[in-house]
Amino acid sequence: MNRLLTISQSPHISGNYSIRKLMLGVIIALVPAFITSLMYYGIGVVIVTAVSVTSCVLFEFVIQKYILKTGVRITDCSAVVTGLLLAFNLPSNTPWWIIVIGSLVAIGIGKMTFGGLGNNPFNPALVGRIFLLISFPTAMTVFPRPAGWDTPYIIPADKLDAFTGATPLSLIKEGIKSGKSIASLLNTEKLDYLDMFLGNIGGSLGEIAAFALLIGCAYLLIRKIITWHIPVSVIGSVFILTGLLWIFSKEGHEIISGALNLNLPVLKFKDASEEIKVFHMADPVFHILTGGLMLGAIFMATDYVTSPMTPRGMIIYGIGIGVIVVLIRVFGSYPEGVAFAILIMNGFVPLINRYIKPKRFG
Amino acid sequence: MFKAEAEVLKTFVKGGIHPPENKLSDKSAIRDLPLPKSVTIPLSQHLGSPSRPVVEAGESVKTGQLIAKSEGYVSSNIHSSVSGKIAKIDAFIDSSGYKRKAILINVEGDEWIEDIDRDKKLIKEFSLSSDEIIKKITESGIVGLGGATFPTHVKLNIPRGKKTEYLIINGVECEPYLTADHALMLENGEELLVGVSLLKKALKVKRALIGIENNKADAISHIRAIAKGYDGIDVYALRVKYPQGGEKQLIKALLNREVPSGGLPIDVGVVAFNVGTTLAVYEAVQKNKPLFERIVTLTGKSVKEPSNFRVRIGTPISMLIEEAGGLPDDAGKILYGGPMMGKALSDPSIPVTKGCSGITILPESESLRKKTEPCIRCSKCVSVCPMGLEPYLLMGLSQKNLYERLESDKVLDCIECGSCSFICPSNRPLLDYIRLGKTAVSKIIRPTK
Repeated sequence: MNRLLTISQSPHISGNYSIRKLMLGVIIALVPAFITSLMYYGIGVVIVTAVSVTSCVLFEFVIQKYILKTGVRITDCSAVVTGLLLAFNLPSNTPWWIIVIGSLVAIGIGKMTFGGLGNNPFNPALVGRIFLLISFPTAMTVFPRPAGWDTPYIIPADKLDAFTGATPLSLIKEGIKSGKSIASLLNTEKLDYLDMFLGNIGGSLGEIAAFALLIGCAYLLIRKIITWHIPVSVIGSVFILTGLLWIFSKEGHEIISGALNLNLPVLKFKDASEEIKVFHMADPVFHILTGGLMLGAIFMATDYVTSPMTPRGMIIYGIGIGVIVVLIRVFGSYPEGVAFAILIMNGFVPLINRYIKPKRFG
Repeated sequence: MFKAEAEVLKTFVKGGIHPPENKLSDKSAIRDLPLPKSVTIPLSQHLGSPSRPVVEAGESVKTGQLIAKSEGYVSSNIHSSVSGKIAKIDAFIDSSGYKRKAILINVEGDEWIEDIDRDKKLIKEFSLSSDEIIKKITESGIVGLGGATFPTHVKLNIPRGKKTEYLIINGVECEPYLTADHALMLENGEELLVGVSLLKKALKVKRALIGIENNKADAISHIRAIAKGYDGIDVYALRVKYPQGGEKQLIKALLNREVPSGGLPIDVGVVAFNVGTTLAVYEAVQKNKPLFERIVTLTGKSVKEPSNFRVRIGTPISMLIEEAGGLPDDAGKILYGGPMMGKALSDPSIPVTKGCSGITILPESESLRKKTEPCIRCSKCVSVCPMGLEPYLLMGLSQKNLYERLESDKVLDCIECGSCSFICPSNRPLLDYIRLGKTAVSKIIRPTK
């Protein structure tokens, strides 16, 4: 017997899992939303995504090879996912150089300054997106209209009005500010829930089609890449909170507020004699179908590195995101708050991990 | 098969994984391994203090003769597994990789001590009292044959103030590859059930539950059929999930009771034994046969004939390998046990001991670990941990030597099942570091009132 045997500690077998496989799973789950977006927004979707993914991978490569000198690990595909998610958060007519800047911020500041994969406290794609939103507010808030697959990437200046518009959320926000009622807004802006579900609305390229994102979600759940806790708690808490506000915002509730003598902004209701203190509120279905909520709840909030480790922690984190989203959407000055909400809750993750322990056996 | 699937299958709730089962030897009948030329019988084959030899070099012994006496409360008698001459009592490398004291016996013939009833005939009737049964088990040197090797008589002596409600018999065999218990249940079912009755009597309990995983449908129906002839013995099919054979997981699966942290099964009114142990109890009580042989699976994907052998304690593992067709050309690792919890051996001359339920040979291609990647905090280790621990955290704390936090985060609850290391997509050595942490903490922390 003169064969050399390997000695190591148990277990001696490991499952067929790898970071790369998990990341490829996320990429596959993003495909339905990508295709839907292509159908509505045209070639710009491909260009924005390609620029974003390429520059994210390139920046990761350069930083790993020449600056950190830690060894190149771009084959784990995590930079591809970051690139995809950044692209999904941008309008499909975003100029290429803005995307490159966003990628640099996402990978460079969002991920690599903290030591690379696994160490970043904040979701890199969202760090990039928020940086762009603050730096280029116009480019980041003028969204192309869903005009079909033959929409050009660079929209001619004279057709800007025809090809671009606002998101349903900002239409509602502006409308409420100017004192219009929700029903009339939905009517004049031709906002239909079926369109929202199918993605026939203005918005960032990856956030528009709820059904495509839900297909991706189902895939992630079946492959056990994510668990239900975060998506359900985010979407559920937004639905319940907006639902409560919506019910209270309807006529006839002044009796309750009067009886309880509450002085909350929510409870200042329509008074028949004066028109000033009207609290308009879109219904909960509108809120979960619009904006980046589905994309955020399914793909951004569930980012492994920046989300909690225990099921209970995940639910607390998800509810936190939902509450902040509703606060920003309903009371804040931005029409949409999913990106901010996720980044804020990312900041709480170490605290959640420290104090929310799994239920021990025994 | 269909019947077993139709019923609601029990299992434990928290965590668990599904490693490939690879039960290659499940159709192999138990074969008697030929006697080796010599056996090396370690004096420390059980948990607790090593036994004290009562024979000397040069002395002749018979098969079944006591050669080392239990030394202390948690210890066990050891009997010669062969007849022949004691060559020497010296330190030999055992499965732990350390040199430990053992008795080397050169085999001459196979003469058994006269007390042993070598007739294969089943003896169902017994009139012994509880104490007499326990006495016989104590003398026969029976320890937990599932792998933990805790002396059986210690478990049978119920501490004052504790009440035993249930006896649990562990026929789960959740470890991949191994089929020793499966083969035993198929071939020695009758004896097993008598053993269960003996243990019931010894513990004075009314009910016994036998848990068998659903991938052994033939064993379930076989044992069920036999159990019909006994009062208060029920057989449960369990949904396949690793580590269901863990004592705490099995109790949870069968009775939905959780053994408290740091506690023993008796704290929830349960005493549990492996099927191998139960058969040994039958043989000891009904046949006066001390524990000197056991069933061992020799398996592996490239092993010519994965088999179940009846092996005398002290037989070198290399003999089993030869008997199963020789060491495969691509062998890279020889495991003492299965791939999830087994120990890698440095040398195939190491002897089979009481706790050895199988030898698994892994090919070279599966022997080396995959490259470790950074933790991406996917929380899969947390979700598979059957004890509700946070393996990623325990590994980090262990690397930083934060012993107080290791203890408060329950590192000592870890059962070392390896589910966390198995599932990790970054191939991180979670259990390695948790073990280091466990060792360090258990050295530092002393029990306090």
